[in-house]
This record gives sequence, structure tokens and C-alpha cells, in this order.
Amino acid sequence: MELNGAQIVIQSLKDEGVEYIFGYPGGAVLHLYDAIFQQDDVKHILVRHEQGATHAADGYARATGKPGVVLVTSGPGATNAVTGIATAYMDSIPMVIISGQVPLPVIGSDAFQEVDMVGITRPCVKHNFLVKDINKLAETMKKAFYVATTGRPGPVVVDVPKDITDPRIKIPYKYPKKVSIRSYNPAVTGHKGQIKKAVDLLLTAQKPIIYSGGGVILGEASKELTEFAKVLGFPVTNTLMGLGAYPSTDKQFVGMLGMHGTYEANMAMHDSDVIIAIGARFDDRVTGKLDLFCPHAQIIHIDVDPASISKTVKVAIPIVGEVKPVLEQMLEMLKDGKKKPSKKALESWWNQIDQWRAVKCMEYDRNSNLIKPQYVIEQLYEVTKGEAYITSDVGQHQMWAAQYYPFDKPRHWINSGGLGTMGFGLPAAIGVKLAFPDSEVACVTGDGSIQMCIQELSTALQYNAPVKIINLNNSYLGMVRQWQEFTYESRYSHSYMDTIPDFVKLAEAYGHIGMRIDKPEDVRPALEEAFALKDRTVFLDILTDRTENVYPMIEAGKAHNDMTLRVANGISTDRELA
Amino acid sequence: MRHIISILIENESGALSRVAGLFSARGYNIESLTVAATEDPSLSRMTLVTRGSDDIIEQITKQLNKLIDVVKLIDLAESAHIERELMMVKIKTSEQMREEIRSMADIFRGKIIDVTPTTYVVEMTGPSSKLDAFIAAIDSDSIIEVVRSGPTGISRGEKGLHL
Ligand SMILES: Cc1cc2nc3c(=O)[nH]c(=O)nc-3n(C[C@H](O)[C@H](O)[C@H](O)COP(=O)(O)OP(=O)(O)OC[C@H]3O[C@@H](n4cnc5c(N)ncnc54)[C@H](O)[C@@H]3O)c2cc1C
Ligand SMILES: Cc1ncc(C[n+]2csc(CCOP(=O)(O)OP(=O)(O)O)c2C)c(N)n1
Ligand SMILES: [Mg+2]
Repeated sequence: MELNGAQIVIQSLKDEGVEYIFGYPGGAVLHLYDAIFQQDDVKHILVRHEQGATHAADGYARATGKPGVVLVTSGPGATNAVTGIATAYMDSIPMVIISGQVPLPVIGSDAFQEVDMVGITRPCVKHNFLVKDINKLAETMKKAFYVATTGRPGPVVVDVPKDITDPRIKIPYKYPKKVSIRSYNPAVTGHKGQIKKAVDLLLTAQKPIIYSGGGVILGEASKELTEFAKVLGFPVTNTLMGLGAYPSTDKQFVGMLGMHGTYEANMAMHDSDVIIAIGARFDDRVTGKLDLFCPHAQIIHIDVDPASISKTVKVAIPIVGEVKPVLEQMLEMLKDGKKKPSKKALESWWNQIDQWRAVKCMEYDRNSNLIKPQYVIEQLYEVTKGEAYITSDVGQHQMWAAQYYPFDKPRHWINSGGLGTMGFGLPAAIGVKLAFPDSEVACVTGDGSIQMCIQELSTALQYNAPVKIINLNNSYLGMVRQWQEFTYESRYSHSYMDTIPDFVKLAEAYGHIGMRIDKPEDVRPALEEAFALKDRTVFLDILTDRTENVYPMIEAGKAHNDMTLRVANGISTDRELA
Repeated sequence: MRHIISILIENESGALSRVAGLFSARGYNIESLTVAATEDPSLSRMTLVTRGSDDIIEQITKQLNKLIDVVKLIDLAESAHIERELMMVKIKTSEQMREEIRSMADIFRGKIIDVTPTTYVVEMTGPSSKLDAFIAAIDSDSIIEVVRSGPTGISRGEKGLHL
């Protein structure tokens, strides 16, 4: 088969089984768009801003486990994509981003719409390529997918100069079945000796805890994690990125850990004697102040990326490998061995944990006259029977979604954790809905975040991707306001916008349905109505208690056992902002 | 502690900036960096001198290994090795000083490779510390220019860094 460069790119996407490509055209990619026009296998989704393309592809990838694919033009198209690339990079999401580039002969001449895309994205991609020879194009595409999806996943940029896609230049096309890169051989199984040591340590633990993260979801190891926890009977805590990797409604689950984690999870971490970290990377939102982190624990760490191990917290037993095979190896040893975890020790450990649970750190005022954001999420959970895909933006609403919607399945909680990118939620929801048209998809967002990619409402209409937007509207950049209240004596510097648009009209202008809800008793019926409108995007603008804060919280510089709880005695009620 | 990290890296455009970018992005210290082709045209060899605690050096080697273009690396400080740096020093010489500079160069096993009526260029190789000592021994006012390659190194014995 003889193909030109543009056809090679599109054909290689077909050969990779790519279903959707999220993009935006421009001069440098016109040949590619012409090739897209002449085929039907790969469906192109025209977004309204390149950032939206990256987040939509990212949402698609997080929900399906398949790589998300993006196509942008050179220059401004490429730079607009950078935020989304960095977002995927920080959360280890597999993506392939194809960017147009000016023709090879003019690279370096400050040509029209030229930017050094390879240079700009270098620090926020797993790898990137500039294609300089059409004969290497197919192989480069294969390498891009291979690197993006193996080992610790991540985004890969392929920068394609316009002359490489020239329709007049055709070459024989053959897509490589396999590629190998001599300098890239990610570990799969773990070192047997290390695994044995880890299992021995686990079996002597008195106060153990399983701290699992996004790596379990990325590595499709929820089943193994669950079995592992069941065999041992240990408590499980998850990072923000790991939610759903272990069923949140299971009694062994003690909630999320870290800055806005539960009291019981953080106390258990602090008091534990053995921690097994599984596909988690000891982020500073999790550890708090490092010298106070888990002072009594010996730590086992399973991670496919050696650089994640002992990066911030020194561990006793490192295991480099993928979660799934390593947990399988461990389970096998646990089942073959005679030794069992100490029943007595675990019993008293669970007694202790139950006392921490009794603090009920997630309680909030249920008798308020105002709409409490936590209540909205609880109702969302009930109306969707806990089965929806929930995307979120960044801020207080993100924390409430994480805290009050117990995810039982992996890949259902879709949020930007590492970069914390406002604007992620809506385009991500569109990507998820395209992947799973028959599932409910809701985007929990805030009045600030939603305005960062609101233009994608138009994309949702064009491609019939009906999502439900749950806008927890507190008329504040609430997360910022909360920090200003706690640490800047309530000097609310620029955390308030006094010209918030009429979201109902805005939704309608985009061809959707808008609803405003301002009474607690209207929340449930509105949600039910919205989800009953199966084929419509509905924007629920929910006016929530503007003063509400996210609790519990580990404030800056504090240890896990020094959390700030909502109240010491009783639950605070509605208050005026200072 | 000071470490010399020797890296085999794909001979691709941009590979050098990946290494340099990694050091600046992560705030690692970089004292010197040398790169040249190897006998295998597809590979370059890089020698990098850095300083840091054991933990930092461990992260540096892990992060370098994570770069897709890095094929292999060793930390020479971990075993017996030889370190050499090339230096050329241009020295202002008056008639009375010439003899002194010549003998100083001799003591340090340097060579005088260029002579003008008013200058010498001394070439010298050795561990960086020896080159430092030579500079310290010369009157600093007479030094016009110092050019150093940055150290490179090789391990002792049979083992070597290759594919
Ligand atoms: C406003 C805000 C507040 C936040 N508050 C919190 C909080 O309270 N608590 C919290 O936990 N987070 C919080 N975060 C998120 C936080 O910033 C980090 O994104 C998160 O803690 C990282 O999760 P993780 O450790 O699971 O790592 P991830 O970023 O998910 O990384 C996954 C790890 O697993 C490894 N891995 C990947 N695939 C595999 C595989 N197949 N096998 C083995 N290993 C693999 C990777 O190498 C990596 O080390 C907050 C974020 C925001 C924006
Ligand atoms: C692109 C971007 N800019 C700035 C921030 C910093 N930031 C984090 S949360 C937040 C406020 C978000 O406000 P809103 O979306 O209304 O959510 P709320 O906290 O009120 O629920 C800001 C500005 C960010 N995370 N991302
Ligand atoms: Mg807000």
C-alpha cells in the first residue's frame, strides 16, 4: 500500500484501533485534515479550544484505559495544548498528541506559527518526537503509542512538519507489529527476593495499612488489590487518584488519606507499623510535613517507576514492577505459606480504627436552610446509584466529590490531581461520555473552574455527548477563599468574582437545558429531572452555602495525627463570612 | 559528595537538551558536562559531574535512566576509576618569568603548545584537582585565559560501559 504522510498518520491510528481523535485544524495540519475527511474509521471530534481537546482525550483515556489521541496545529494550537499535556503527565495518563509543525526547511527561521513544540513540552511529556523523515513516520507513531501505554504511562508528543504530510509524496506503508527501544525496558514482574521479604514483613505487622493509589487503576489491578486486602484483613486507604481502586463502601476501606482525607485514614497511617504503598507516589498532599510522616512505620513500596521509590520518603523494601503481577506474586506466596497475619493484633488495630471512625469526621450540618455542597454530592450518589462516571474540576467541589461519592469501581472518578487543572472537568466528561454513551456522566464543578473551558458546551451539543453539569456555585474561588480564611486572617484577595454569568441562560445559549436550584429541598428533584433527560446536557447551577469549608484538613506543616476537624464539639452551622 | 556520571545516550538531536533540561527543571547541581561521539555512531557518551547527598544522586541516576534516550549509565564514584580533564592556559610571560613557567609546567607534566613574544599556552591533562593546583601555583595576574574541557572518566579493570 502506497500512502502519503498524512494518510500514514491516520492509517496508523486505525491500526492502533483508535476510535476518536480530539482536535482543531490549522495551516500546518491541513493535509492531515484532508486525510481525515477521506475516511470514516477514526472519528474526529472538533473541540472549541485545544485545551479542551487534550482534556477530552485525557478523560477518554482515564475512563477506558486506552490512550487518548489529540491533533493540533502548530504554534498557538500547540501551545494551547500544553496545559492538557502537563495535566496528563502529572497523573501518568497515556496520550498521543500529534502537533503540526512548519515545514522542515523553515524550522528555526521564526516562520509563521512556528514554536519549538518538542522544546516546550520536553518537561511535561514522557517522550516526544520530531519527525524528520517520512520513512520513519509509521515507526515513530508505533513508538509513540508503545511508550505512552507501557511502564508508567504518560503523554507522548509527535511533532509532524507540514512537508512530511505532503499529499504528493507517497511511500509504501507497513505498520510495524512490534517495536522495541533498546533504551526503554520497563519492569513488569517484581524481584522475588524483595517480594518474599515484603510478605514476611506484612505477616509480622501489628498495625498494618495498605496505602494504594492511581497506579492500581492505571495497572488494572483492582481485583488483585481487593483480594490482597481480603486475604490479609488489613485496612485500606486510597489517594485521591486511587479512589475506586478498592471499593469505597467496603468495611475495610477507611477513606482517602492526606490533606482532606478522613481522620481515621490519617490517624491509622500515623500510628501504623507497616505500610504497603501500592502504585502511589508519596505526594506532598498525602504526606504533609515529611519529618513527621508515619514515624513508626516500615514501608514497602510497589511502583513501576523506580524514580517514584524513595523520592521523598525512604522505604525499607522497594519493589519495582507492575502492580498486577507483583500482587499476584504476593498472593501466591501468601496462599502457599503457612503463616497468617496475627488475628489478635488485627483485632485490637481494628478496635482502634473504629474509635477513630466514631469521631465522624465527615459530618456536616444537615439541618441548614442553605444548600450544603456535601448534601448535593450525597444526593448525586443516590440518584445515580453510585454508578456514574464523575469528572471534576479543581477546588472545594473536587474535594467534596471525592469525599461524599464513594466509588466502588475503578476509572469512574476522573479528576486532575497532580497538576490540579481548573477547566478539566467539562471536556473530560465529554471524552468519557463518547467512550460510554450508555452510562451516566456528571461533571462536578465550581463557578470558577467551569468558566475555564465552558466553550466545550458547544462540542457536547455537536457530538451528542449529553453530560450533567453539577455546578456547586458558591460565588467564590472557594478553595482559595478557604486558605485565605485560615492563613490570611480572612483577607479575601481576588477570590470573589462579582460578575458571575447567568449559567442558566448560558447553557440555553449553547443549546442545552439550564436549571437554577437555591433550596435544599429542590436538589433531589432537580437531579432526578436532569438525569431523566437522557439525551440532553443539563447544567445545574446550584447555589450552595458560600461559607462552607472542606474538612477535615491537615494544615500546612502539620502531621497526619494533627488534623483540623470541623468542630471540636457539635457541628458548626451557617455562618457569616468575616 | 562529588559524582562523575557517565552516560551512553542515543545520538539524536535533542538528547543533550533532555539531560540538561532535567537538571535545571529538578534543581540538580551540574558542575560540568561533556559530550562526544563514540565508536558506535548511533551513540554519544556524556560525562557529567554533579554534587549531592546520596539520596539526591540516587534520584539523579533514576531520573536520567527514565529518559527514553538514555541507554545506560554508571556512577563512576561507586568504584575505582580514572578521571582526566584537559586544560589550556594562556599566560602572559615577561622575559624573567619564562623559565619559571616552563619549570612549573614540567612539574605538573604540562606542555607548552604555543609561544609568542609575550605569551605561552600550556596544555595539561589530569584529574581536575591537579589542574586546580596548577592554576593556584601561577600568579593569577598573569593568566589571560583558562579553557577546561570538564572531566571525563573511565572505570578501572575489565568492566566497561557499553551495550
Ligand atoms: C485541591 C487538591 C487537593 C488534593 N488533596 C489530596 C488529598 O487530600 N489526598 C490525596 O491523596 N491527594 C490529594 N490531591 C492529589 C495529589 O496532588 C496527587 O495527585 C495524588 O495524591 C497522587 O496520587 P497517587 O500517589 O496515587 O499517584 P499517581 O499520580 O496516581 O501516580 C501513580 C503512581 O503509580 C505508579 N504506577 C503507574 N502505573 C503503575 C503500574 N501499572 N504498576 C505499578 N505502579 C504504577 C506511577 O509510577 C506513580 O508513582 C489533591 C489535589 C488537588 C488538586
Ligand atoms: C488553571 C488554574 N488556575 C488556578 C488554580 C488555583 N486554584 C485552585 S482551586 C481554585 C478555586 C476554584 O474555584 P471554583 O471552581 O469556583 O471551585 P470552589 O473551590 O469554589 O469549589 C483556584 C483558583 C488552579 N488550580 N488551576
Ligand atoms: Mg466556587
